[in-house]
Amino acid sequence: MKAKHQRLTLAIIAVVAVIGAGFLALAGLRDNAALFRTPAEIAAEPIAAGQAIRLGGMVAGGSIESQPDGVTITFIVEDGDAQVPVRYSGITPDLFRENSGVVAEGAFDANGVFVAQTILAKHDENYMPPPMRDMETTSPGVGS
Amino acid sequence: MIAEAGLAALWFAAALCGLQLMFGIFAIRSGREDISSAVRPIAIVQGLLTAIAFAMLIWLFLRTDLSVELVAANSHSAKPWLYKFAGAWGNHEGSMLLWVAVLAVAGALVAIFEKRLREQTLIATLAAQAAIGLGFYAFLLFASNPFARLDPAPAQGQGLNPLLQDPGLAFHPPTLYLGYVGISVAFSFAVGALVTRDVDAAFARAMRPWVLGAWIFLTLGIAAGSYWAYYELGWGGWWFWDPVENASLMPWLAATALLHSVTVLATRDSLRAWTIMLAVVAFSMSMVGTFLVRSGVLTSVHAFAVDPQRGAFILGLLILYIGGALALYGLRIGTVREGKQFEPVSREGALVVNNLLLSAILGIVLVGTLYPLGVEAVTGEQLSVGPPYFNSTAGPLALVLVAVMAFGPLLRWRRDDWRALIGRVSLPILIAALALMVLVFLVSPIGILPMLGLILAAGIAAASLAPLWKRNLRRTPLFTYGMVIAHFGVGVALAGMAFESAFTEEVLVAARPGETYQVGPYSVRFDGTEPVAGPNWTAIEGRLSVTRGSGSAITMRPQARMFASPETETSEAAIRTAWNGQLYTVLGNGDSEGRWQLRLWWKPFVTFIWLGGALIALGGLLALIGRVRRERKAIARELYA
Repeated sequence: MKAKHQRLTLAIIAVVAVIGAGFLALAGLRDNAALFRTPAEIAAEPIAAGQAIRLGGMVAGGSIESQPDGVTITFIVEDGDAQVPVRYSGITPDLFRENSGVVAEGAFDANGVFVAQTILAKHDENYMPPPMRDMETTSPGVGS
Repeated sequence: MIAEAGLAALWFAAALCGLQLMFGIFAIRSGREDISSAVRPIAIVQGLLTAIAFAMLIWLFLRTDLSVELVAANSHSAKPWLYKFAGAWGNHEGSMLLWVAVLAVAGALVAIFEKRLREQTLIATLAAQAAIGLGFYAFLLFASNPFARLDPAPAQGQGLNPLLQDPGLAFHPPTLYLGYVGISVAFSFAVGALVTRDVDAAFARAMRPWVLGAWIFLTLGIAAGSYWAYYELGWGGWWFWDPVENASLMPWLAATALLHSVTVLATRDSLRAWTIMLAVVAFSMSMVGTFLVRSGVLTSVHAFAVDPQRGAFILGLLILYIGGALALYGLRIGTVREGKQFEPVSREGALVVNNLLLSAILGIVLVGTLYPLGVEAVTGEQLSVGPPYFNSTAGPLALVLVAVMAFGPLLRWRRDDWRALIGRVSLPILIAALALMVLVFLVSPIGILPMLGLILAAGIAAASLAPLWKRNLRRTPLFTYGMVIAHFGVGVALAGMAFESAFTEEVLVAARPGETYQVGPYSVRFDGTEPVAGPNWTAIEGRLSVTRGSGSAITMRPQARMFASPETETSEAAIRTAWNGQLYTVLGNGDSEGRWQLRLWWKPFVTFIWLGGALIALGGLLALIGRVRRERKAIARELYA
């Protein structure tokens, strides 16, 4: 093999590898990217059970209920227009409380209850996730 | 006056940096020796001045000088001294000053210690280093001045984010920055070589120690960050595929590829264009990482301030440098002579496969990390890409990479024979097969990735030691030991990851005092809670009485802490380390019936993950020492020949 050919061959292999990785990445993204949705958006366009999403909104006042096992809670996430019931087992973050912003990661079960795997509460002003920051300025009628 | 002195030092350093760039360019164009001889001293003084500026900032933080805006916004007089000290870089401005200081000091070190590189290439390298530095000086001085005064000074500072009040802050950011910025040195070498068209084995030998050094620090920084997140967040996870983590992983992947290709260039004078390309990519990734972490496009404890102007500034620098580097590469690489060619079945061939796989993984991580940002910028749609994506795409490729890693070091340079190779790898394959049988027969079903991980970990641990087989261990060079230990470390880390994800046990309960729970080999009795206080926090502390088998009980104390300034609560996990794993306990909320939420994990062999990381870095260190020593000897031989 001439020197020129080897460089060319290597370049072609590298390009093929990069394109292959790109396809793998895109296929993975199609299956696994989780959308961010508010209750109003879900009401307008329901999400299939089992599909991973991030649900963002306010924890409705008076909606947090502890279940008898002591580690599971149910609450309602609302954004002024619509409501979504949520269930979560685990230790809630320190700033998780009623009438405060929350982002829950998880999926709907067959009964339309959002089962959260992770809960991110509104931290102090410096560390607020952008989705919540937008929410507070764009959804009137919901104070923080 | 301290702040003014620091600012003055910074301005002087920036001016010298501009001078370094101008002199460098002029020296290369004109070939005048009197000008090129000035470049080295300028680089050294520039490094010294930024070091002084950084020392001034630390001094201000130690004194808690509240007339300085940055100190007032991020510190508090009641903070323990370690966090006053490390708090100097626990904020946007301070961390950017650290970035610049590391860059300038690295340039000074190159100017002092680099003896082998051709003078012209060295001058071009220092000029490239200055060109990078200039942009960041501008960013510091015009958009992120750490020494700005506040008038009138407040009576008290606002304190440091409690999540950052941890010894990890003293270690993780500086090591990671040394890695990020060290890669820029490798990049400057590449630019220098492109300018003088001097890409050959001697150049690779000069560049290699800097690549190794940067890579060691990146490895340590990532491992330290992983362990810090593991114990501080209280989520029990060691890697979340968070964009900020990916920001450090991507330069590491590129640097790992570069480290291996530069060895091919140094040993066989092959892969010239590819090695230069990797240096450009590695630097681009460290720029992307800096942008992701420091611009505020991502939200995390790392994004100190969300300021669109700053984000745009860093984005501008990013585009300028990456675009400039790629343009120079495109213009010049055609004129660099082709290196030697090689046989596919050889050490070089295996290292090319290593490089392709690492590049593919890098591409996947890059796409997954930037995709949400791109989608939001274009359509406004918000989405997140997390572990399901990365585990299903990068995970299998990483396992293939580890499998190739078992064979590569057993291949000879130049040309080898498949049949001979199979003879050499039969023992590791046997061990991997044995691991497979043990897993299939003795263990309850586990996921496919952890299963493959455990098998490969056993195989690679054996294969990594094989290069020492039948060798005179005393005469084996130090850098060979380095490779063996680093590859063995990969096996150790992989075993830890696989064990943790396959065999972790979790108990989540609302516990009444006196109740006992079993998790892993431990029995944990909840004895109730007590209020406790620290220097700048109060806490509710759980008391857990923990026994293993018939051993005596020990007390574990997970806490829920409340910080006064800024007002924040954090959860402090209590962790018990045994030789074969960790017991990880978190205290949650109490309820009206007197119950407390407890989360208990038994994580078998989880410590192997960071132990493996440390071994990888140690291997890098041995390789570095071994290479530098051999170079010194070569120089001495030339001098006295």
